[in-house]
Amino acid sequence: MEQVSQHADPHYDQEANKLGMWLFIFTELLLFGGLFIVYSIYRFLNPEAFQLGAHELNPTIGAINTIILLVSSMTIAMSTSSLQKKNKGLTVLLLEITIMLALVFLINKYFEWGVKFDHGIWPGSEHLINDMSRGEILFFGLYFVMTGLHALHIIVGMIIIIVALKRVQNGTVNENRSSLLDNAGLYWHLVDLIWIFLFPLFYLIH
Amino acid sequence: MQTATQIPHDVNYLDYKGKYKGIFGWIFSTDHKRIALLYMYSMMVMFVVGVALGLAMKLELIAPGQTIMGPQTYNSVFTVHGVIMIFMIVIPGLPAVFGNFMLPIMIGAKDVAFPKVNLLSWYFYVAGALLVIASVLFGNGTPDTGWTFYAPYSFKSGTNLLPAIFGAFILGFSSILTGLNFIVTIHRMRAPGMTWFKMPLFPWSLYGTAWIQLLATPVVGITLVLVALERIFGIGVFDPALGGDPVLYQHLFWIYSHPAVYVMILPAMGAISEIIPTFSQKHIFGYRAIIASTLAIAFVGYFVWGHHMFTSGMSGTAQYTFSVLTFLVAIPSAIKVFNWISTMHKGSINPEIPFLWAVSFIFVFMIGGFSGLVLGALATNVYVHDTAFVVAHFHFIVFGGVGFSFFGAIHYWFPKMFGRMYDKVWAKVGWAFFTVGFLTLYSPMFYLGMIGMPRRYYDYLPEFHAANILSSLGSWVMTFGLLIVVINLFRSAKNGAIAEINPWHGKTLEWTVASPPPVENFEEIPVYGEKDGPYEY
Ligand code: HEM
Ligand SMILES: [Cu+2]
Repeated sequence: MEQVSQHADPHYDQEANKLGMWLFIFTELLLFGGLFIVYSIYRFLNPEAFQLGAHELNPTIGAINTIILLVSSMTIAMSTSSLQKKNKGLTVLLLEITIMLALVFLINKYFEWGVKFDHGIWPGSEHLINDMSRGEILFFGLYFVMTGLHALHIIVGMIIIIVALKRVQNGTVNENRSSLLDNAGLYWHLVDLIWIFLFPLFYLIH
Repeated sequence: MQTATQIPHDVNYLDYKGKYKGIFGWIFSTDHKRIALLYMYSMMVMFVVGVALGLAMKLELIAPGQTIMGPQTYNSVFTVHGVIMIFMIVIPGLPAVFGNFMLPIMIGAKDVAFPKVNLLSWYFYVAGALLVIASVLFGNGTPDTGWTFYAPYSFKSGTNLLPAIFGAFILGFSSILTGLNFIVTIHRMRAPGMTWFKMPLFPWSLYGTAWIQLLATPVVGITLVLVALERIFGIGVFDPALGGDPVLYQHLFWIYSHPAVYVMILPAMGAISEIIPTFSQKHIFGYRAIIASTLAIAFVGYFVWGHHMFTSGMSGTAQYTFSVLTFLVAIPSAIKVFNWISTMHKGSINPEIPFLWAVSFIFVFMIGGFSGLVLGALATNVYVHDTAFVVAHFHFIVFGGVGFSFFGAIHYWFPKMFGRMYDKVWAKVGWAFFTVGFLTLYSPMFYLGMIGMPRRYYDYLPEFHAANILSSLGSWVMTFGLLIVVINLFRSAKNGAIAEINPWHGKTLEWTVASPPPVENFEEIPVYGEKDGPYEY
């Protein structure tokens, strides 16, 4: 492995920051990994019920949200490269677009969950427990847990991006010290990636 | 920005006056050495509570029938005892205290890679501890599930479990941050010339540990979240009434919690690997074999979790596989013992206090390890599972292993950390009482388990009485020894004789800096040459 390079500023080590973020991403993957294991076991045990459950979900909204997240991943990636090109104005604009897209994702999610609630479906609801099979109870239990936890990650990601945005504006994040923005980008790709798995598992497999 | 030039080099970290005064100079400090002491003091507070609860259980068990508490209280006492001891003492244990303090110095760095994250991890630790305490003080009833939070009882029990579960979750997060910090520190901040295979063994063990912390803790994190959601909403994943499977909970729990036992023991082994060569004044035997066995333990440790569930219902194939893998994981542990003994062979042994703790560590660790083989074999496991035998096994390893190593480490590094030497006579007396008490306390439990005494009951049949009396007596002797050790250290930290820079003639880098170390450890980052190494005696 490489050795420490003696930086002018001893407290800034871009490589270390990147490594730290990757390690953190591993832990996030394992966190969701636990949930994916639970999902696959119960899907294996209740294939029909999981199909029935999937029919309740609206693949169009899911697809729209997928596209929104993919585009937001692109805009944040573009913002990191425009920072390297010292185009601060464009960086800020791209980050603002990313935040807007995340917000739209959450609003969609809000309406999606709202429709489920209107149909009397939420974890532990009477309709779910009395009228549906055990497999469906598990399907919707996992649906709410996994998409809910994912939405929580969207919110955390938005906060990180807002902080990065402010730092870009006041110049503490710049082309020479870009770790915070790079890491925000990495985190955002992770959030995106998890959704890429959630979408087919819940909406598409029939 | 350029703080490096402003901090004078002749001020040690204890006397240093930074931006904040008094206590704030500590709880806002990002100095790895101060954070280490913060961890040590907060762990000590929790340890006192844990020990008191342990003593209470032993007092209850001194005679059959109800002695000082009823069944429900007993259930709560072993639960809180377990949660404190596992999540707040032995898991953070050596990494948070000695890892934080010594790792940067031993690899020739000025601090860890992310000092602020380091402080944050301590805040998480305190938050998690407070949540667990809240679950005891508030709500209707103290948690009574055992530290394992097994489903379905963990969402059926009417006690105040939610804060405890979230507390354990947050403590896990604290542990992840520590591990992440150490990995990056070791990758990026080793002194020039210190290649991987010139790194001392304690940092190596922290490295293996850190990977386990990072890769196993999230799994238990999500599992605990699921239990909490099960309690709040009834999502069904572990509830048989809703189609879920409680055995799945056990799998997910032990996928973390078996590797977690290596989070506890690997740094303990690492500290022993520092102490033994220093007090034998000899190069450690099989340096690379010790590293390889550390990594092997970390790796194989992931695949043995099923040995906690032989009686929970799993296929014969799974049972055999887990049993064989469990036996495999004993091999690297044995390699280490072999290396330690061979290091002592023909060394010039200096039987100081840390060495005594290290030798008794090897002794109790071997008993614990052998009893682990009894538990890992299918036939005998079914016979002694969930008996006092298991309690003896894990106390020999977790308390015997981690505890003895912790005390060895504190007596080894104390002069460096505080710049003063402790009273060696009292230290020896304390060690003797502790060791004798420990063996008297836990050895009878092997026997009790063999003749059928189950664990986690406040009562027992009359034929178990004699051995239980002996065990309870042992708990008092051990606590007496513990008190002597702790009081001696406390008094010496203030009034002990001034310590030299290198009282034990060690060769690792921490013995080259002043005692106590200056704020930024090294005025100039040391450079390792061709011939330098951590154990060149
Ligand atoms: C030679 C190595 C080891 C072997 C073969 C081994 C084997 C086992 C087995 C089979 C059990 C399950 C017993 C049962 O419940 O039926 C067990 C329990 C346990 N072991 Fe080990 N073990 C070893 C080392 C360790 C180490 C190094 C630690 C900790 C530092 C440890 C801590 C524990 C704990 C805490 C439990 C009890 C958990 C509970 O049910 O509350 N063991 N061990
Ligand atoms: Cu185990």
